[in-house]
Amino acid sequence: MNTRRSWIISSWLVGIAAALWVVTHAHYINDLSAFLPAKPTHLQKLMVDQLRDGPASRLLLIALQGGDSETRARVSRNMARRLRDDAAFSSVENGEALTASRDRDFLFTHRYLLSDAVDARHFTAAGLKDAIAETIESLASPAGLLLKSLVPRDPTGEMLRIIDQLSRTRSPRTQHGVWVSADGARTLLVAQTAAPGSDTDAQERDLQAIRGAFGAGVAETEPSSSSAVQLKMSGPGVFAVAARAKIKRAAMRLSAISGILVVAVLLAVYRSPLALGLGLLPVATGALAGIAAVALGFGAVHGITLGFGITLIGESVDYSIYFFIQSLQGPSGDAWRRRLWPTVRLGMLTSVCGFASLLPSGFPGLAQLGLYSITGLIAAAMVTRFVLPELLPPGFRIGDVSGFGLRIVRVRDAICRYGGLGLRYAACAVAVVAMLVLYRHHDTLWNRELSRLSPVSPEDLRYDSTLRSDLGAANVLDVVIVEGAGLEEVLRGAERAQAALQTLVDAGIIGDVDSPANYLPSLAAQEARRGVLPDARTLRDNLKVAVADLGLGLEQLTPFVEDVAAAREAPPVTPDDLRGTSLAAGFNALILHQADHWSALLPLHGADGATPDVDVARVAALLAAAKLPNTQILDLKLETDALYAGYLQEAIRLSLCGFVLIVLLLLAALRETRRVARLLAPLGLAVLTVAAGLAAAGQQLTILHLVGMLLIVAVGSNYALFFDGAAAAQRAPNSALILASLVIANISTVIGFGLLSFSQVPVLVALGTTVAPGAFLALVFSALLTWRAPPATADA
Amino acid sequence: MKLRVLGVCVSLLACAAAPGATSPGAAADAAGAADALDEVMHSLAQRRHGQVSFVEQQFLHMLKRPLESYGELIYDAPSRLEKRTIEPRPETLVVDGEVVTVQRGRRNHVLDLKAYPQLLPFIESIRATLAGDRAALERLFRLEFAGSEMRWTLVLRPLDAQLAKTVAEIRIDGLRDELSRVEIRQSDGDRSLMTLRAHSGR
Repeated sequence: MNTRRSWIISSWLVGIAAALWVVTHAHYINDLSAFLPAKPTHLQKLMVDQLRDGPASRLLLIALQGGDSETRARVSRNMARRLRDDAAFSSVENGEALTASRDRDFLFTHRYLLSDAVDARHFTAAGLKDAIAETIESLASPAGLLLKSLVPRDPTGEMLRIIDQLSRTRSPRTQHGVWVSADGARTLLVAQTAAPGSDTDAQERDLQAIRGAFGAGVAETEPSSSSAVQLKMSGPGVFAVAARAKIKRAAMRLSAISGILVVAVLLAVYRSPLALGLGLLPVATGALAGIAAVALGFGAVHGITLGFGITLIGESVDYSIYFFIQSLQGPSGDAWRRRLWPTVRLGMLTSVCGFASLLPSGFPGLAQLGLYSITGLIAAAMVTRFVLPELLPPGFRIGDVSGFGLRIVRVRDAICRYGGLGLRYAACAVAVVAMLVLYRHHDTLWNRELSRLSPVSPEDLRYDSTLRSDLGAANVLDVVIVEGAGLEEVLRGAERAQAALQTLVDAGIIGDVDSPANYLPSLAAQEARRGVLPDARTLRDNLKVAVADLGLGLEQLTPFVEDVAAAREAPPVTPDDLRGTSLAAGFNALILHQADHWSALLPLHGADGATPDVDVARVAALLAAAKLPNTQILDLKLETDALYAGYLQEAIRLSLCGFVLIVLLLLAALRETRRVARLLAPLGLAVLTVAAGLAAAGQQLTILHLVGMLLIVAVGSNYALFFDGAAAAQRAPNSALILASLVIANISTVIGFGLLSFSQVPVLVALGTTVAPGAFLALVFSALLTWRAPPATADA
Repeated sequence: MKLRVLGVCVSLLACAAAPGATSPGAAADAAGAADALDEVMHSLAQRRHGQVSFVEQQFLHMLKRPLESYGELIYDAPSRLEKRTIEPRPETLVVDGEVVTVQRGRRNHVLDLKAYPQLLPFIESIRATLAGDRAALERLFRLEFAGSEMRWTLVLRPLDAQLAKTVAEIRIDGLRDELSRVEIRQSDGDRSLMTLRAHSGR
C-alpha cells in the first residue's frame, strides 16, 4: 500500500512539475489571431492584418475639453511638441503648420511629376491656354491675393491642383492655430502610434505617454493655477486597453467574490480547512494540465484560453465535493471508488464528448478551449480518483451532511409523490412552451455581429464617432486594397483603381478616395508625365499662342519655362524624397509591406456627412467590372461579421455533433435506450428553457451562450447520472448524501457563474446568464424527472 | 493620415505674406474731422443688415488688362460678412467672427482669422466700417477722414509694419451710411477697385 501510495503521489508530482515547465516556457499570444481562422482565406488574412497592424489600428484621437480655447491651444502645442519627440509615435498632428515649408518645397519642386493634370494635351497651346485662363480666373477670387506670387513660376496652377489632390477630406476648423471641433468646444490632436494597435501593452504605454505629455503641457501652460482643461482619448488602442482592463478587473473582482462565497459554503459544509485545501487540488492540477496541453498541441496559448478555461473546468470542483461527501460512507473512500466513481467517470466522459466537439472548430480560440477543457477535466478526475484518497490523513472527517441530505430527499419525495405523473406532463409543457418561444424568435435568435461581444460601451463608440467627424477622418472601415510584389506594382494598381473609382466619385456615390499614389505616383506615371514636358523652345512657342488673348505677358513666364526645363532633367521622385516632410507619414500609413508582399490601401470616404457609409456593393461591382488585378474592397465590419457568423454556424453544427457523441457514449455505457432518454431529458429541457428564457428576455444568443449550453450539459450530466444511478440501484440510504453533494456542488456552480452575470463584460455576462440558471434547472429537472418511488414506500 | 495635408494647404495660403502680430491699438490721432467721422460711424452702426452687388476690378502688374469680377456683398451686424463672387468663377467667402469659410466648387475651407493676420486688413477694413466700429478700425489702421457726413472718404493705413508690407492703403468712399467704393492699394503696386451698388432685394 505504501509503495503504491508513494508511487501515485510521486508520479502526480512529476506530472505537475512537467506541466509547470511547459506552462512557464509556453508562448502566450494576446492578439486577434485567436479570431483568425486556422486556414484563413486571402481576404480574411488581409482583414486581420488590417485590424492588427493597419493604419486604422494605430490611430489615437485626442480631445482637450474645458477651460478657454486659448489655454487649450497652448496645451495642444506643448503636448504635441513633447509627443513628436517620442519615438513611440510615428506622427502627431494638431493643425500646426510645422513642416509646412519643407512640404511646400517638396510639392513645388516636383509639381510636374506629382500633378495628375499633366498629360499630352496639357502643354500644347490649347492646354496651356485653358490652364492659364483658369489660374487668372482664380486670381480674381479672394484667395487670388495669396496665389499671385506663384503665377510666374506656376501659371498652370499645378501646385493648387496637387494640394486639392491631397486634401480631399473635410478639414477640421483651426482656432488659435490648432485644430478644434466645429463648435469650438474641443481642441483636437491625432497621434499615430509606431506600434500596431494589437500590441495592447505598447498601446497602454503610448496612452500613458499621452497622459504624461498632457500633464506636462498643462503644467507648462498654467504653472500655478489648477487647470480646467481635461484630456479625452479615443480610438482602437484606447478601446483595447480599456477592454483588457475591464475584463481583468471584472474577472478579478468576480472571482474574488465568488471564491470567498464558494469557500464559505464549502467550509460550512466540510468544517475542515484541510478538506477545502485538498478539494482545490483537482482543479489546480486540471488547469495546469489544460494549459500545458494547449501549449503542446497548438504551439502557443491564446489569452482568451487562459481567461475562460478556468470557468469551463469549474465542474472539476464538483468532483472533490462528490468525493468528500459521498465517501463519508466508507473508510478512505473505498465504497465511493467502487460504487460511485464509475458514475463520476461517465459524467466526466460525457463532458469530454461535449467539449471534444469544439476541437475541430476553425476558430482557434474555441479549439483551444476544447482541448483545455478535455485535458483539464480528465486530469482533475484522475487526481480525485487516485491522488486524493492517498492524501487523506488517517481519521480524516468532514462535517456530516446527511441530515441536510435527508431533508432534501424528503422535499423531493414530497414534490414527486404529490406531483406524480403531473410533473412529467408539466415538463412536456415547459418543453413545448420553450420550443414555441424559440420558434417565434428563430429569425433573430442568434446574433451574428462580432460587435455584440465587444466590451466597448455605446457611449464610448458615440464619442469616438463624434471625434472622427470633428476631424473629418476617413471612414477607415472601407478600404480598397491593391496587392503586389513591389512598391511600383501596387502604386500602379492604386492609380488604376483610383481612376476607376473616379466614376463613382463623380456620380456622388462615394466621397473621395485616398491613395498612396497621391503622395508618390508610380514611376510609370512619373515617366509618362515627364515625357510630355516640352523642350524650352516648343514651350515658348506654345505659350506665345496660349497667352495671346489672356493679357499675360510672355516675359512674365520665364521662370515657368525654366522650371519645366529643370523638371525634364530631374530624376523621378522616390520614397526617400518624401523623408522629412509630413507627407511621409501619410504615404507610409497607406502602404503596408512584409518581405516582398506589398499592399496599397485606398480608404474610401462616404459621399457626404449625412451618408458616412460607403456603398460597398457598388464599389465591388465596379472593381469587378474593371477587371483590375489583385484589387478588392474590404469592408471590415462586413468581413469580421461574416467571419464570426461562420464561426457561430460551425459551432452550432459541432455542438450538435457533440450531442450525438454524448448519446452514443451513454448508449454504449448503459445499453438501455429508455434510460439514456430519461437521462438526457432533463438536460435538454434545461438547455431549452434557458435558451427560451434568454430569447423571451430579448437577449440574442452569441457563441458564448453556445459554450454556456455545452457547459450546462457537461455539469448537468453528472447530476442526471447520479440521480439515475441512485434510482437504478435503489440505494435509498445513500441517496441522501448523494443528493446533498449534488446540491452543494450546484450551489457553488450557481454562485460562480451567477456572479458573472453582474459584470460589465458582454462575454462574461453571456456565460453567466446561461450557465447559472441552466445548471440550477438541470439539477431540479434531473431530481424530479429521474425520481422513482422509494422501495420502502413502494412495497407498502 | 489625410489631415497632415491641411498644413500644406494652409501654409500655401500663408506664403504670400509672413504672419505678423498686430500691435495693440495705438490711438489714431485723427483730429479735425473727428466729429464728422463719429457721425458717419454712428449712422453706419444703425444698419443691421445690408446687401449690395459689387463689381471688382483688379489691376495686377503681371496682367495687361484688369481682371473683373462681380457678385454680392452681404453684411449682418455685428460681425458677419459674406462675399459671394458670381463671375468669373463662383466662390463664396464668409467671415463670421473669427472664422473664415471659403467655398469653392465642392470644397469648403475653414480658416481661423487669427491664424492669418495678413487677411485681416482686407476683411476688417470693410467689416468694421460697415459695423461703424471705429475702435476696431483704429486697432489696425491709422485713419484719415475727409469730406462730410453726406459724402465722405476714409483712408486706412496699416499700423503694423508686417501688414504694411502687403497693403499700402485702403480708401473707402461713402454716401451717408452706404459704402460706394473700396480701393485697396497693395505695396507691390497692384491695386483693386470695388464699386458697390445698392441691391434691389435689400
